[in-house]
Order: sequence, then structure tokens, then C-alpha cells
Amino acid sequence: MADPVNGNARRAESVDIYAPQWRNFLFVAPYLFIFAAFLVFPLFWGIWLSFHKADTFSSGPFIGFGNYARLFRDGIFLQSIWNTFYFVFLTVPALALIGLFLALCLNRQTRSAAVLRTLFFSSSVLSVTIVTLIWRIVYIPDMGLLSMIYGFFGAKAPAFLSDPDIAMIGIAIATIWWCIGLPMMLFLSALQQIPQDIYEAAALDNANRWQTLRSITLPSIKRTFVLVVIIQIVFQFQLFGQAWLMTKGGPNNLTKPIVLYIYNTAFQRWDIGLGAAASEILFLLILVAAMAQFLLTRRKADA
Amino acid sequence: MTASIDIKNVTKRFGSLTVLDELSLSIPANEFVVFLGPSGCGKSTLLRMIAGLESVDSGEILINGERIDNQPPGQRGVAMVFQSYALYPHMTVGDNMAFGLKNISVERSVIDARIAEAARMLEIGHLLDRKPGQLSGGQRQRVAIGRAVVKEPKAFLFDEPLSNLDAALRTRTRIELAQLHQRLKSTMIFVTHDQIEAMTLADRIVVMNNRKIEQIGAPMEIYNRPATRFVAGFVGAPAMNFLPVKIRVEDGLVTAATDAGLCIKTAIPSEGLAAGDYELGLRSEHVRITPPTGDAAEGVVDVLERLGERTLVYVRLNDGQQIVGSDSGDSRVSVGDRVGLAFEGAKAHLFDATGKAWHGRESGHG
Repeated sequence: MADPVNGNARRAESVDIYAPQWRNFLFVAPYLFIFAAFLVFPLFWGIWLSFHKADTFSSGPFIGFGNYARLFRDGIFLQSIWNTFYFVFLTVPALALIGLFLALCLNRQTRSAAVLRTLFFSSSVLSVTIVTLIWRIVYIPDMGLLSMIYGFFGAKAPAFLSDPDIAMIGIAIATIWWCIGLPMMLFLSALQQIPQDIYEAAALDNANRWQTLRSITLPSIKRTFVLVVIIQIVFQFQLFGQAWLMTKGGPNNLTKPIVLYIYNTAFQRWDIGLGAAASEILFLLILVAAMAQFLLTRRKADA
Repeated sequence: MTASIDIKNVTKRFGSLTVLDELSLSIPANEFVVFLGPSGCGKSTLLRMIAGLESVDSGEILINGERIDNQPPGQRGVAMVFQSYALYPHMTVGDNMAFGLKNISVERSVIDARIAEAARMLEIGHLLDRKPGQLSGGQRQRVAIGRAVVKEPKAFLFDEPLSNLDAALRTRTRIELAQLHQRLKSTMIFVTHDQIEAMTLADRIVVMNNRKIEQIGAPMEIYNRPATRFVAGFVGAPAMNFLPVKIRVEDGLVTAATDAGLCIKTAIPSEGLAAGDYELGLRSEHVRITPPTGDAAEGVVDVLERLGERTLVYVRLNDGQQIVGSDSGDSRVSVGDRVGLAFEGAKAHLFDATGKAWHGRESGHG
């Protein structure tokens, strides 16, 4: 349509139903506000705090990397980093492999498989308090479930909560029991995405069960495997509740993870600046893991 | 390598639903057989039972006289091309073709030689290092066929392999499949609901409907002497015209008459025909368009389909019955015209109330 005022023979714009419209912004505004107020702002405030000497009542002078320098001279912090990595090493591969194994076993249309799927997932809905309560009852010396089982064979149960060598393993076992539902479900949904006709083609191609697993199933869920590993790395890096409730970080700080260190430093010793600096270190560690997920899952053509 | 396939009294049920009922069929070595039928007639199920992807509830399946319905799919020595191709998405084309041979520990040099030969034959040599996701539909189709060829199977099973291709590619692939059969001289079973694929590819067509085989025969035999009303209506496009008629006998041959007074002399012998209601079947090419006749064989043009070499004319008779006739490609008829119809009664078929067909002596010769 020509513009009669300017005399321009400009064509009227055709309707583009995908054109951006500002009023649509209203729909995201509530979330955007919360996102900015409770995530973006604290993130930058935390970074700011980590460069200052701060306690509960005041944020003191700017001290540059002073807090970070203190952290890396603090043997307990270094111990907590090591503890966290050790815990991630104990839990993540186990969660991925056991989750995959359960999914492979339970990926069938039978009633018993459905019941077992529900059962294995049900632990995921429990709160960490309940989980640690259950496992303390299992581990508790002399009268716990483990002691009873060992006692039945005339043996003494390992002291999962007090032996420095195995305390972290005790926490890891409880965590795996608690967290196994999600990896299993992710693997199950990946397995169900594999077209049935590929398996039929493999059967006609003389593939036995092992060859089918190795050449058809595992390559088809490769991306989900990476996803599960990275989600669990990000999640398990943030270990707190189980360690706090089961061992309080002991014995001798051997089960104290970074988050517990942050809690102790910032909210028990009220050294907020140091706690903020430790938080930034954890943030960086998790960021690296999250970036790895982003980069690996983006390579879709590879899958 | 090639083999005969015998299917003896095979029955298949899914729960309480019987999909194949006491079905028997013999396929000699080297034959190209097409299972033709509408959706849900059990043709794919039968193919999958031969492949070993479905169990057999009762009956036997034999390849070269050896019973195979109790063997796992891989050991039956058959290769299958799936409708969706079912290529392994994470393997290269070469690995896709090699997989079945590696699994039975064929020597690498033999595998390579067979892949090279199949790739040459199917012109997919330049694709061997690609993955299925990087191929077009037609290329995937060739790879799927190549994967079957390298196995040198006793029989090839095709499950509607052309239905995912566009029209032009489908025609081309059809011709290539016919050539492949001539070159390999292997037993091939091909499942389709497309009668053109069936007519052009098959040595013999097995028309299936509703749990059983309606007719087995060479394509032109199926076309010219359909055994039942179902086959007559299913094979051929446009579908055969059916007219409800009463019959009487003149000189030992049947003359059919409609209630509206239309009379058609046929070449069908009256022997064995009881009195009663029948349906007369005539294909569109045996109904010519003429100037208006002024009798019962006259009607109004409803729809015209110009196919180029001929024109299909849908004529509504005075009694409301629609008849498809054919006229020359440059027919001047237009919609709404009154036209006459000339029925080639010698080519007519008669179907009794049970659907059984009766043919004239001539109709077997085109």
C-alpha cells in the first residue's frame, strides 16, 4: 500500500507472526526480576565481598586477593577441596554406571520392572534429613543394620561414620542410594528413544546380546551418558547435607566438603570475606564442569 | 545363493486377534514375490515371521526344505530392508554394511571385497565414510539395500521399502530393484500396498486381505482374472466399476441387466451359475465414451481426470450409479455434458454374493 502522506510507494509490511513484540516482555518480567534480585545480584555481591575484609557487621577495606591467599594457606580448605574431589570421584562414576545398569535391566514392559523402577526412584523424593537418618541407623555401631548383618556371620561391621579411612565412603554410599533415581530415569528415557527397528536389523545381522549392547545401545545413549556424568558432577560438588548430618565433617575434617567449609567460615566464624572467596572457588569449579556439559552436548552431529 | 521358501498352515495371533489364519504358500527359488494388500491385512506380519522378528503361533516356515521358524533371525540366512531403512545412526555407511559380516567373523578382506562390489553396483562408493544422518532418503535406501546385498542371503525381504521416497525416486528405485533381481537371481519377497509396485516388480503377486490369501498369480493374471471381488476392486486404478445386476442366459452366455434397464452381453459361460443377485465388474478402459444414446447407457459427466494419454470420465447414470469410463487423451467432453457409454461386455467379470469371480473365455487374453 502506498503511503499517501509522503507519496512513497513503500510496500505495506507483511504480517510476520514471529516478529518480536515488547508486550511479550511482561510475561518474562516476573521471573527476570527474581532472577536478577536473587541470582545475578548476589553473584556479583559475592565476588565483591571476596575482595574485602568483611564480617557480619561491616564490610571492611578492599584487600585484593588477600582472602584467596589466606584460603590457599589454610590446610583445612585444601583438605576440603581434596575431600570434595574424592567424593565426586566416589559417587559420579558409580551413579552413572549403576544407573545405566539398572536402566538396562528395567527397560521392559513388565509389571515387576515398573514396580522396581518406582522403588529405585522413590529414594530420590526423600529429603536429605531422612536419608541420613536411615543411613545412620544402618551404620550405627553395635545395633545398626550393618552390625546385625555382620554379627550374624560373626564379624565386626566397618565403622563407616568414625573410621577416617572409610567415612567418606560411608557418605558416598548413602548419597548413591539417595541419588540413583535421576540417572536411572535419564538412561531409561534415552533407551526408549532408540528405534526398535535398529534392534531388529541387528538381530538379522547376527548380533548377540553383547554385540548389540556394545554396538547399538551404548553408542545410541552416549550423549545421555555425558549429560548424566556432568549433571552429577555439578550436583555432587555441592555436597553439604549428608556430610553435615552424618559426620559433621569429621573425623578430623576428612569428610568436610567445600560447602561445609564455607558454612563454617562464613556463618559460624563470621569471616564473610573468606567464605565468599571460598564460594567463588567452588563457583569456578562448577562452572568448568557446566561449560564442559555445554560444549559436549552441543556437538550433536557427532552423536 | 538362493532358496525356496515354504509357508505351511501358518497362524498368527496378537492376543485374541487373529491376523493370519492357516496360511500356506510356496515360493520357488529365484522368484520375485510381492505381498499386496491393504493396511492391516497381515502382509508385513507374514514377512516379519519369515525374518524371525515375529513368532509363529502354529504352522511351519521352511527355507530350502529346512524348518527355520524355530531359529533366531540371524541364523535364517535372510536379509531384510526396512521401511525406515533402520540404518545404525552412529556407524558409517561402510560399518553399517560390515556389521552383519563382522558378527559372524567373516575375514576382513572378504568383507571389504563384498562391500566394494555392492557399493559399485549401487553407486554408493563415495558415501562409505559418511554417516546415515548425512545422506538423503534415496541414498539411505541404497545403503539399506547394500547392507542386505553384502550378506549374500538366501532370500531378500523388503518391507515397503519405497514408501518413504518421493514419486520420481520411487519410480527409479523400482526399476533398479527389478534390475537388481535380474542380476542377483535371488529369491525376493516384497511387501507393499502399492499395486503399481506389485504389478511392475513381481513374478507373482500374493494378494492378501483379512487374515488370508485372496489370490496368487502373475501380475496380468491378477489383473485380468481376479479371483474375488476384493482382488478386482483392489488391483487396478481407477478401481473396477461394479454394477448390481440380474442375470439371464442367451446362447449359453450370461447377459446382465440392471434395474434401470441397462443390458450388457458378456462372454461368461452360464455353467454353474445359480439364479440370484450378482455384481458385474468392468474396468474403466472397457467403458468407452460415446455421443448420447438416448437409452439407459447414458449419463452426466461428474468429474474429469485428464491423465495425458487418456481421460478418465466419471459419469453418473440416471439411476444415480457412478461409472468410470475412458476417453482419448484429447477428449472434448466437459463436466456436465450428457454422454453415452459403450460397454465392452466381453471383458466383463461377474461376482456372486460370496465374492467369487466368474470370467469370460476371452478375459484371460487381455
